[in-house]
Amino acid sequence: MLKLIRTRINQGYRTSSYPKKDIQLHESYRGRPQINHNCDPELARRCATACPQDAIDPEKGLIDLGRCVFCGLCERLSEGKFISFSTNFELGVADPAQLLCDGNFPDLAAHSKQHFKRLFGRSLQLREVSAAGCNCCEADTNVLNTPFFDLSRFGIDFVASPRHADGLFVTGPVSRNMKTALLDTYDAIPSPKVVIATGSCALSGGPFRDSSEIVPLQDLLEVDLFIPGCPPHPLTILSAMLKFFKL
Amino acid sequence: MDKLLPVANGCMLPRKEIPVLDFTLFRDELLAFAENGGYIVQFFAFTENTRLKALAVLRKDTNLYAVSCLLPDEYQALTAENSKFHLFEREIAEQYGVRPLNHPWLKPVRYHANQRGCQDIFGNDYKEDIPGNYDYFRVEGEQIHEVGVGPVHAGIIEPGHFRFQCIGEIVLHLEIQLGYQHRGVEKLLTSFPFKRLPIVVEGIAGDTAMANSISYAQAVEALSLCHDADTTARTLRTAALELERLACHVGDLGALSGDVAFNPPAAYYGRLRGEFLNLLVILSGNRFGRGLIRPGGVTMPLDEKNAALIVAKIQEVRPEIIQVADLLFTAHTVLSRFEACGRVDRDTAIALGLVGVAGRASGINYDARVDFPTEKSGDFAPCKHIRQKGGVYSRAWVRYEEILHSLDQVEKLVSAANLGKTITPNPVENLVPDAFVVTLNEAWRGELSHCVLTDAEGRIARYKIKDPSFHNWTGLAMALRNEQISDFPLNNKSFNLSYCGFDL
Repeated sequence: MLKLIRTRINQGYRTSSYPKKDIQLHESYRGRPQINHNCDPELARRCATACPQDAIDPEKGLIDLGRCVFCGLCERLSEGKFISFSTNFELGVADPAQLLCDGNFPDLAAHSKQHFKRLFGRSLQLREVSAAGCNCCEADTNVLNTPFFDLSRFGIDFVASPRHADGLFVTGPVSRNMKTALLDTYDAIPSPKVVIATGSCALSGGPFRDSSEIVPLQDLLEVDLFIPGCPPHPLTILSAMLKFFKL
Repeated sequence: MDKLLPVANGCMLPRKEIPVLDFTLFRDELLAFAENGGYIVQFFAFTENTRLKALAVLRKDTNLYAVSCLLPDEYQALTAENSKFHLFEREIAEQYGVRPLNHPWLKPVRYHANQRGCQDIFGNDYKEDIPGNYDYFRVEGEQIHEVGVGPVHAGIIEPGHFRFQCIGEIVLHLEIQLGYQHRGVEKLLTSFPFKRLPIVVEGIAGDTAMANSISYAQAVEALSLCHDADTTARTLRTAALELERLACHVGDLGALSGDVAFNPPAAYYGRLRGEFLNLLVILSGNRFGRGLIRPGGVTMPLDEKNAALIVAKIQEVRPEIIQVADLLFTAHTVLSRFEACGRVDRDTAIALGLVGVAGRASGINYDARVDFPTEKSGDFAPCKHIRQKGGVYSRAWVRYEEILHSLDQVEKLVSAANLGKTITPNPVENLVPDAFVVTLNEAWRGELSHCVLTDAEGRIARYKIKDPSFHNWTGLAMALRNEQISDFPLNNKSFNLSYCGFDL
C-alpha cells in the first residue's frame, strides 16, 4: 500500500490541458506540409517524380494528404524551398476534395456536418475496426486512453460491441480478407452512424495502394471524417474528433 | 553438414554458389540439422526459369547456412518428423501449390491464391469470400464447448481468429487462425518501383518498422555494393531499434498489469511508453521512426542539442520505470496471476523453435544481437536473464531486464552519435544480378529475417520476410493448454505477437 501511494505521488498529475492550452510538438515532427507556390517549377517536378507515394501535383502546387505518408523526402530534396513540414498537427477534413491541398484548408469545425454535432457532441461511442492496419494507427489511437490524453473526459469512448456504437472508426487499407468483417460491423451499428477513416491506408491504400489484395474503403462505405497521417499523431486524431463533433 | 553452404549475415553471394541438392538428400539434411540443435531461419519456395525451387537458411550456434533443391509438386512432409517446419510447409503449399504428403494438419495460412496460378491445395476459389472457410480442429464430447473469437477484436487491436476447445473453464486446445491482415507484401516488393519499397517495408508491421527497415536496408546495401552506411548512421539506426524495443516492452508491461486489473502500473507505463515514441520523433520526425532508415544510412543527423534532450529523458525515466516495476512485481495480486501461468517448458520451446522474448523466457538463450550482431548491436554486453521458467512471469521479467539493458544502450549510442557527421543516402537504383542475401536482426519480438534473390537483370525476383511471430504463435497455443480461458488475454499479451507481420 505504501508503495502504491509513493508511486502515485511521484507520478503526479499528467493529463494535458489541451485543447484549452496549445501543445507545441518537437521541431522534428512532420505535421501539415506547406507548399511554396513561388518555387522553381523544375524543383517541384523533381520532388513529384521522387515522391514514393506519387502524392504531389507539381503544376498546381498541391499535395494529396490522403496519399502522403509524411516521409519528408520532398522537404529534404527541395531543402524546404518547395515543401516544408510544419509542426501543426491539425489535419482532419470532412470533405475529401480538401485532402488535395497546398497546406491550407478551412477550419474543420466550420465545415463539419452540423447534425453530427447535435447527435454525438455530448457522447460519442465508437467501434474501431483494424482492416489490415499495420498496428501504428491502432497503437496511436489506443494511446488516447492513457492519462496524458484521457479521451474519456471528452465523452468519447471506444466500445467493444458495434451494437453500443454511434460510429465506425476504420484503420488500415482494408484487405480482401477483412472486407466482410468490416461491412458486418458497419451493418451492426444502429443508424444514424458516422464513419471515420484514419491514416493514409484507410484514406488511399497508403503504402499498399494498387495491391490486388486490398479493397479501397471509399468503394465500400461513405466516409464522414478523414484523418491523414502515417500514422496520424494522437493529437491529430483527438483534434479532428473534437472539432468535428464538439466545436 | 558438409552439404550446406556457410553464409554470413547480411553478405551478398552469387546465387549459383548455393548448393542445389536432390530433394531426398535436401530433406534428409534439413531433418538431421533440425534434430541436432539447429533452427530454421527461412524455408521458402521460388520459381527459377519456370522450375520450382526451395531454399532454406539454417542456424546453429553462431553459424548460418544456406541450401536449396528442386521442389517436386508433391513430397513427404518434413513436419511429420519435426514440428519446426510446420508453418513453413503450410506457407509453401499456399504460395506455390505444392502438396506436402502426410502433413499432420495441412491448412491455409493467409487465404490467398498461389503465385503459380495452379490449382489451390485447399480447394478454394479466391474469387469468393474465403476467410474462415476451413474445418477447425474440434474436440468432441458431451461436456465440451467451443468459443470462437474474432476476427474483429473487442479492443483497438488487429484482427485474427481464435478458437478454443474447452471443458468447463479449462482450455484443452486453442487454434489460432490468422490471415485477415494479408496485403500481399512480398508480391508488392517484387512489383513496385524501387522508390516505394522503403515505405512498404515500414508498413510490414508498424510496431516493428525500425527492425524491418534495418533488415531491408542491410539487404539492399549488400546487393548494391557501393552503398554502405557510415558509423554515425549505424549508431543512430541501432538507437532507433532500441527505442522501438523500449516503447513496446514498456507498453507491454503496462498492458500485462492492466490485464490482471492492477491499474496504476498500466497507467504509468502507458504514459512512459509515449516518452519513447516522442524520443523517436526527435530522432526521425515520426513516433514510430518512419522516414529515418533508408539503404545507405539515415535521412536525419542528430545534433548536439537533440542528443542531449534524448539522454536527459532517458535519465529521467529510468528511475520511474524501476519504481513502477517494483510496484508491479511485488504486488501479491499480480504475482498470483503471473506465476505458473501459461508455461511453455524448455523442451516444447526448443521443439517449436521459439525465438525472442518468448524463447528466452523458456530458457533458450538466443539473441540475434549477440549471435549474429549487425550495426552497433555487437558493441554491448549481452542482456542477462535470471527468470526462465517459461510462464507469464518469466515473459514479463525478461522484458523488464531488456528494458534496463536497452536504456543503457540508447544512452551510450546517442552520446556517441552526435559526434559524427552522416551523409543522407541517395536512392538505390541498381542491384547486383543473380545474387542472394539474408539478413537477421533482433526485433523487439525476436529474430526477424529478410531474404532477397535478384534475377539476371538485377531486379528483385523473390523477397521473403519472416517475422518472429511466425515461430511464436504456436507457442501461445501451447501456453494456453490446460489454462483457464479467462487467462487468455493475459497470456496473449505476454507474447504480444504480430498479426500483420505474420499475415504480410
